[in-house]
Amino acid sequence: MLRRLREDRSLQGLVLILPTLVFMVGLLIIPLMLTLVVSFGRRAPDGSVIYTFTLDNYLRLLGYERNCPSGAEVCFNPLYLQILWRSISLAFNTTVLVILLAYPLAYYIARAPSRWRTPLLFLVLVPMWTNFVIRVYAWMMLLRKEGVLNLILGWLANLFHIPFQPLEMLYTPGAVLVGMVYEFLPFMILPIYTSLEKIDLSMYEAAADLGANPWRTFLRVTLPLSVPGMVAGTILVFVPVMGTFVVSDLLGGRQVVLVGNLIQRQFLDARDAAFGSAASLVLMVLTLIVTYFYTRKFGFGEEIVAA
Amino acid sequence: MNPYQRSWIVRVATALVYFFLYAPIVVLILFAFNASRTNITFQGFILYGEKVVMEGSLVRASPCGPFHWFCDLARNREIMHAARNTLTIAFTSTLLSTIIGTMAALALQRYEFRLKTFSQISLYIPIVIPEIVMGIGILVLFTQLFSLLNTALGLTGDARLSLGLGTVTASHIAFSIPFVTLVVQARLHGFEKSYEEAAMDLGANEWVTFWRVTFPMILPGVLSGAMLAFTLSLDDFVITFFTTGPGATTLPIYVYGLLRRIITPQVNALSALWVSIVFILVFGIQRLQNRQT
Repeated sequence: MLRRLREDRSLQGLVLILPTLVFMVGLLIIPLMLTLVVSFGRRAPDGSVIYTFTLDNYLRLLGYERNCPSGAEVCFNPLYLQILWRSISLAFNTTVLVILLAYPLAYYIARAPSRWRTPLLFLVLVPMWTNFVIRVYAWMMLLRKEGVLNLILGWLANLFHIPFQPLEMLYTPGAVLVGMVYEFLPFMILPIYTSLEKIDLSMYEAAADLGANPWRTFLRVTLPLSVPGMVAGTILVFVPVMGTFVVSDLLGGRQVVLVGNLIQRQFLDARDAAFGSAASLVLMVLTLIVTYFYTRKFGFGEEIVAA
Repeated sequence: MNPYQRSWIVRVATALVYFFLYAPIVVLILFAFNASRTNITFQGFILYGEKVVMEGSLVRASPCGPFHWFCDLARNREIMHAARNTLTIAFTSTLLSTIIGTMAALALQRYEFRLKTFSQISLYIPIVIPEIVMGIGILVLFTQLFSLLNTALGLTGDARLSLGLGTVTASHIAFSIPFVTLVVQARLHGFEKSYEEAAMDLGANEWVTFWRVTFPMILPGVLSGAMLAFTLSLDDFVITFFTTGPGATTLPIYVYGLLRRIITPQVNALSALWVSIVFILVFGIQRLQNRQT
């Protein structure tokens, strides 16, 4: 046996990959399949799962509710569709804002003298090392009614003798958007920087020789060549925003319910693992579809230039 | 055209984005030294004194001076317990996921075997699906498995299997492995196979070749992989949230629970400590790595 291991390279490869496979199968593939099985089940009165085969949980997500308050067998309740739509549009808005903020910064760093690049990138990463939850807390402090932003606004208003009422900024959809942008901004800066840094400087000389002005050079050379970075960054931002529930929970209060909040509540408050599993799988499929089509569509830089 | 040329719009935008990134953290740390107990507005620093002196909601003097909330933090047993859990989980999962991930990177980069494509795909899944989906999956697995085992083996009371440090650590290992593998694979990709082949031609077996040739060359990759795994574990909220149980609270989970009820300068003190420790850690490792190469 030991001798075979010494000579057979394909067996050596299998031995090396084995622990990884144990973890990936045991804590990823089996759990996902089990989630699928549970999502076809039903909630028992004591909160455990009854294994059957019903599509009720998925129909409920699509708006077809059973046991309606009106007494009818089936009725239409768009609540969960609204939650899904809200999550997708928030993820979309976050991604757009993050690109707009990340691009100039990434551009600045990529065009800085090379010895400055590492420290400037380092500065982008430092805020990331504070904990995710702590970063949300920082925005709670800023946005509260008695918070720092209202304090500054009040002081400014006082300076110009304008009457001032503290603004309600925390627990609004806007607060959730700002929080999401703040959390995921560095994930966009790094890939855009990487793709900008790779651009051969002779490209610019060629563009200038051919008479392009800086703006035209940017639109025709820089922007298309940085598309792969933006695509990578979008996946790194869009996917986690779709599934996060901490930001909406702490900055949106009970006002902003996203898919993540829905799933979390099914498992912890409502104790309906079957419905929660269905919602979780729908979330997974949605993000996979979006990222698949997105990479298909924007995978090639030339397509954007043509438009 | 000078490629280094940057218009004033880019400069202003860059300055604003850096400000956006840092202002919240600066405020957070400043308020860790706040005299106000309710942490509403900044009421100045706390002065040194024999014992804690309070005026209304203000703390005027404390034996720890401006560091009052840090001393308060050290006396908070729940936080200390959570900190110990966080570090235990982070060190264990980093060690194991680094070893397992490095092995996987070697296998994928240097060997041909059955299940290779399957392994590669399974390693990509955690990167492209939302964390909560993986967390829910593991939660469903463990709750169903444990309830099955508890009934089958007739376990009662404390002997019952339940979510805790073990389940959290296992989950952290699972989500760190793909990232370690990616980083080490990139490093392995960077140098030619011929070094290893030369060693083998000179009579070294796989084992000796690995420790004498491959490992020293991929060590920077392994170290950055380990660092990534460590920060991922420290920072993780979602998967920990779903796989943790009684007695296994980590710092992020504790802070989250606290923030849903009250806002206290203790959290600011904790944040200030967290930022400085991680900063020193990362900076130190960076310096160490620079010296090696």
